[in-house]
Amino acid sequence: MRHTLAVLVENNPGVLARVAGLFSRRGFNIDSLAVGRTENPAVSRMTIVVEGDDRTLEQVTKQLHKLIDVIKIQDVTVDEYVDRELVLIKVNAEPSQRGEIVQIADIFRARIVDLGRRTLTLECTGNEGKIRAFEESLRPYGIKELVRTGKIAMLRGSRYTGVNGKEDE
Amino acid sequence: MPKSGAQIFVESLIEQGVDTIFGYPGGAVLPIYDALYDAKIRHILTRHEQGAAHAADGYARASGRPGVCLATSGPGATNLVTGITNAYMDSVPLVAFTGQVVTSQLGKDSFQEADITGITLPVTKHNYLVKDVRDLARIIREAFYIATTGRPGPVLVDIPRDVSAGLTEYEDPGPVNLPGYKPVMDPSPARVEEAARVILAAERPVIYAGGGVVNSGAHDELRRFAELILAPVATTLMGLSGFPGDHPLSLGMLGMHGSKYANYAVCECDLLIAVGVRFDDRVTGKLDSFAKNAKVIHIDIDPAEIGKNVRVDIPIVGDVKRSLTALCERLKAKLPGAWQEKIQMWKKEYPLTFEENGRLKPQQVIREIYKATKGEARIATDVGQHQMWTAQYYTFTRPRSFISSGGLGTMGFGLPAAIGVQVACPDEVVFSISGDGSIQMNIQEMATAVNYDLPVKIAVMDNGYLGMVRQWQELFYNRRYSYTELRNPDFVKLAEAYGAVGMRVARPEEVAPALKEALAVPRPVMIDFVIEREENVLPMVPPGESLDKMLG
Repeated sequence: MRHTLAVLVENNPGVLARVAGLFSRRGFNIDSLAVGRTENPAVSRMTIVVEGDDRTLEQVTKQLHKLIDVIKIQDVTVDEYVDRELVLIKVNAEPSQRGEIVQIADIFRARIVDLGRRTLTLECTGNEGKIRAFEESLRPYGIKELVRTGKIAMLRGSRYTGVNGKEDE
Repeated sequence: MPKSGAQIFVESLIEQGVDTIFGYPGGAVLPIYDALYDAKIRHILTRHEQGAAHAADGYARASGRPGVCLATSGPGATNLVTGITNAYMDSVPLVAFTGQVVTSQLGKDSFQEADITGITLPVTKHNYLVKDVRDLARIIREAFYIATTGRPGPVLVDIPRDVSAGLTEYEDPGPVNLPGYKPVMDPSPARVEEAARVILAAERPVIYAGGGVVNSGAHDELRRFAELILAPVATTLMGLSGFPGDHPLSLGMLGMHGSKYANYAVCECDLLIAVGVRFDDRVTGKLDSFAKNAKVIHIDIDPAEIGKNVRVDIPIVGDVKRSLTALCERLKAKLPGAWQEKIQMWKKEYPLTFEENGRLKPQQVIREIYKATKGEARIATDVGQHQMWTAQYYTFTRPRSFISSGGLGTMGFGLPAAIGVQVACPDEVVFSISGDGSIQMNIQEMATAVNYDLPVKIAVMDNGYLGMVRQWQELFYNRRYSYTELRNPDFVKLAEAYGAVGMRVARPEEVAPALKEALAVPRPVMIDFVIEREENVLPMVPPGESLDKMLG
């Protein structure tokens, strides 16, 4: 099963290397990893998607906790949550095909962010399923380049993943 | 008045109660060495940085206080890596300081630059690269706090030369504040309650005790606990000195070279109480059959150890000492029954023995060392056959008296560790029991022992082989002794060249007089024991086999 972990870390140099190194040396598989600052500049948040059974996940969580820079870990998958990913796709677009591609973009509420002589660059946000469907729809035109941010996620409702360990308001 | 980084370094160490450091100077640590020149800290100059790391490790294991080592950048730092890894695997509180090239030269492949924080990332509990002298005092305080609390472990602090030479207005960094580091000391009362119920109901309990008992200073609590519930105690290599080996409930060591009765007891128990252990493969043998009919209670301070290798029925996360104390409060004394009788029967039927044939046997040497020291010496070992014979035949009764490289299995650990032990315990008898292979991996530390008048007694079990590897080749590789035979130097002359006393013993009746003589000399002594060449360590569980399938 895939789990999405929200991991709050101290924004110290090397913290990404510590987390990545831990996953590789313990043989855990990362599906995706996204990092950025939070509302508190001293704290960064990693969203890690990891594949594994409950026992693997327990070890991943416990081993992550051993890193001094890791402040808090929450498996958002066990609860109601919102997740999003952003993708940029540069696709072949002969002038005659542009209309069709714009229509596809409309369906997915994607935006056209750049235009080349024979290409279009599109931006799309959504959960994994939507991103996959969007990519599949554009594949027939020939995808020149694709980049994804990796998934970010947050609990629904008034609950949150905070530094002080409080999950409820 | 502004202070230099090096001054802050020295003052921070004194604040932490550090009296001794083990180190080796070099370019990037010149400012620190200049400050050490007239500091109130004893500096022991080893002859190799690896020796410094192991000596600090031995010092920590014997004293319970953090060991401190210091090396320069680049090769100095990389030479510490084996020692740091060794401390990491055995959860030893070690603080390693390294010099680094000046911050402006970082990342430029400068002379003697090595990314030591990157290199030691997987083998330290935490590490730091200090980029600003204003952070130094705080970082050193955090480093000692992290190394010594929770599950102890090594912490490395890398200090660029411009940071140690740099000046700052010193401000006290205040108490340590690490939001991501809060070790759990007290066990959950509900879990303790549950464990107590299961213990009272068990008919065939066995305690499996490890290094965590020694680390938390819980030897008295363990004895009280075992006596209360009349559970026999099998210890790991790391736990050997955590329970008195001469106690009626002691089963000695379990695992690959454990006693038969310890392994049988673990195989047939209905409750395994694992205390400060990590279910290492050398202990468990084939995992599927390890204590397969037993419920498992696992007490450990590191939550990640629980459920890592085996399924656990009742996890107790907390300090071993506090957990055992809490358990004892909820238990009442048990009466002996069929289980205790069976254990006694096994002990009678399958004692640890060796064949005496008139030639010099390593097991006899260890027993004689035990007798000559009345079981009161601190014994450091290297890794291999001699290590297992020491574990089997020296009966350890006192915590922190057995100093050995367990997890990493580092040949070359013994002599520098014994030096650290002797520094920590200047009035005690310290032995380094070694093999002819292992001793040559850090033989240069003979010079350190002589230099500082550390009267370490070095017993070399000399069989002209890398004995443990040879044993495996004999048993599993059809006696093809591929590159395991050693042509050795003359150890007596070697000892004398270093300024120590050298002796040679080749016959059984010479052992006791030689030991008496060695103990009477207040100087380092090396005794070359020329032992039976193809003696094996037995019993032995073949790798990957179940614990009850022992050879010998």
